[in-house]
Amino acid sequence: MAQVLAHAAVARTAPPAETPQRAAVPRSATEPAVRTRGFTRRFGDTVVLHDLDLEIRAGEFVALLGRSGSGKTTLLRTLAGLDPADGQDVRTPDARAVVFQDPRLMPWKRIWRNVALGLSGADARDRARAALAEVGLGHRLDVWPHTLSGGEAQRAALARALVREPKLLLLDEPFAALDALTRIRMHDLVLSLWRKHACAVLLVTHDVDEAVALADRVLVLDGGRIAAEEIIDLPRPREAGGDFQAIRHRLLGHLGLDLARPPPADGELVAFPGRESAA
Amino acid sequence: MSLASSIRISNRDRRWRLALSGQRWLSPLVLILLWELGSRTGFIPARILAAPSSVVRTAWDMLLSGELPANMLVSLGRAAAGLSLGILVGSTLAVISGLTKAGENAVDPPIQMLRTLPSLALSPLFIVWFGIGETPKIALITLGTTFPIYLNLYNGIRGVDPKLIEAARSFGLKGWDLIANVVLPGALPSFLLGLRFALAGSWLILVVAEQINASAGLGYLINNARDFSRTDTIVVCLVVYALLGLGADAIVRALERHALAWRPSFIKS
Repeated sequence: MAQVLAHAAVARTAPPAETPQRAAVPRSATEPAVRTRGFTRRFGDTVVLHDLDLEIRAGEFVALLGRSGSGKTTLLRTLAGLDPADGQDVRTPDARAVVFQDPRLMPWKRIWRNVALGLSGADARDRARAALAEVGLGHRLDVWPHTLSGGEAQRAALARALVREPKLLLLDEPFAALDALTRIRMHDLVLSLWRKHACAVLLVTHDVDEAVALADRVLVLDGGRIAAEEIIDLPRPREAGGDFQAIRHRLLGHLGLDLARPPPADGELVAFPGRESAA
Repeated sequence: MSLASSIRISNRDRRWRLALSGQRWLSPLVLILLWELGSRTGFIPARILAAPSSVVRTAWDMLLSGELPANMLVSLGRAAAGLSLGILVGSTLAVISGLTKAGENAVDPPIQMLRTLPSLALSPLFIVWFGIGETPKIALITLGTTFPIYLNLYNGIRGVDPKLIEAARSFGLKGWDLIANVVLPGALPSFLLGLRFALAGSWLILVVAEQINASAGLGYLINNARDFSRTDTIVVCLVVYALLGLGADAIVRALERHALAWRPSFIKS
């Protein structure tokens, strides 16, 4: 189970103290799914990601929080292989799959063909059927994407990612466009699929509650650096209790939201802080 | 307005429209009757325009004698040959130009220049090059159909949603797989639009090309009939041209319904 996984030290200043563990457990269990060392990405003069060290263990669920422009999507795209790593030290498994914010189903392919996109072999339809059944769409194999609701389409996109048995599942704000109820259902679905497939997950989100509800570990990205890290050692399913609130408040604080401040008085205008330093 | 009343209105609307569409047949019918009347009373001489009844009779005779089907097949063959070549050339160029920047730089400028030439204006040159046989006719049709296919398919390829291409790439598709699964299906609606333009164009060019110098085909029939002032034969051929054009359009529409079944407008609830 995920919550009993040991949390490896990921202090960025000191090297990870994982050498003693290596001897005890099989090498494949400690080999990280993702590892970047000093990864920097620039667009022109703008440094989007700065000297980033990131490690995601196999089977770990990591959420990446950040404001818009913090570089979180850039990081995900690099790990997905959509942006070049430019020869820097970025290690990812070959078996990786992305679920984007929009479903990105090919409208001209029936659902099962969308899921089977890029699969070869005679059993492609059976594999697609199994993956669609996992997300509760086993009865909609032959419909056109246009006929699906937003939640169904996103589930189909999830099936399309998981049918490849990825070692690393990259989720780029996949629930942002869904209504609140569908989003909660999707959270449960993603958790159950993650347990079943035992893949590493990197969830990029701007929703603190979502991050705390789902992840083993939450990273806050700010100005292209990892500004904070929270290890969430709460049993799932997580209810909004005291520990949950404490972590939530800390993360919101890291994101620049000061909850200790008193609410504005009647008639008082609230200043909307811009970002002092453009990243 | 309540839903029920709006439905009632739309029902009444539909009945009204049906009645109207019934009425729409009325005026052409009246015109044909007037035409027949004019011919019978000698108001419209047969030398100017044959009576509808004699047109029908001539059409029947030409059908039975095999004259009409044989010449129609010749014309159809020319249109089909020219159109096929045009599709082949236009698609090939569009794919080259649409998929790569280098291809675009090489292919697009000359095509855009040539496109401004009315293809029929090239017929004298084509006669010098290819003589007066079948070749210049087919070449003219090929030229005229290449451009609509090229322009629309090229546009379609460039218009494919880059997010879909990116998603497909993230699942490991590349090269031909990417083109066949994402780029070409995405460009298909534009291609079919180009095909409709090309069909219309091929018909137009066929009519003119067949009158250059032909020993068979609908244009030949018309030319012959003109020499003998057989307006009935000319009208029969014109009607056949129109029917073939309609038939070709129906084929493309059927093709669209089948190939674009995934589009919301084609999906029946």
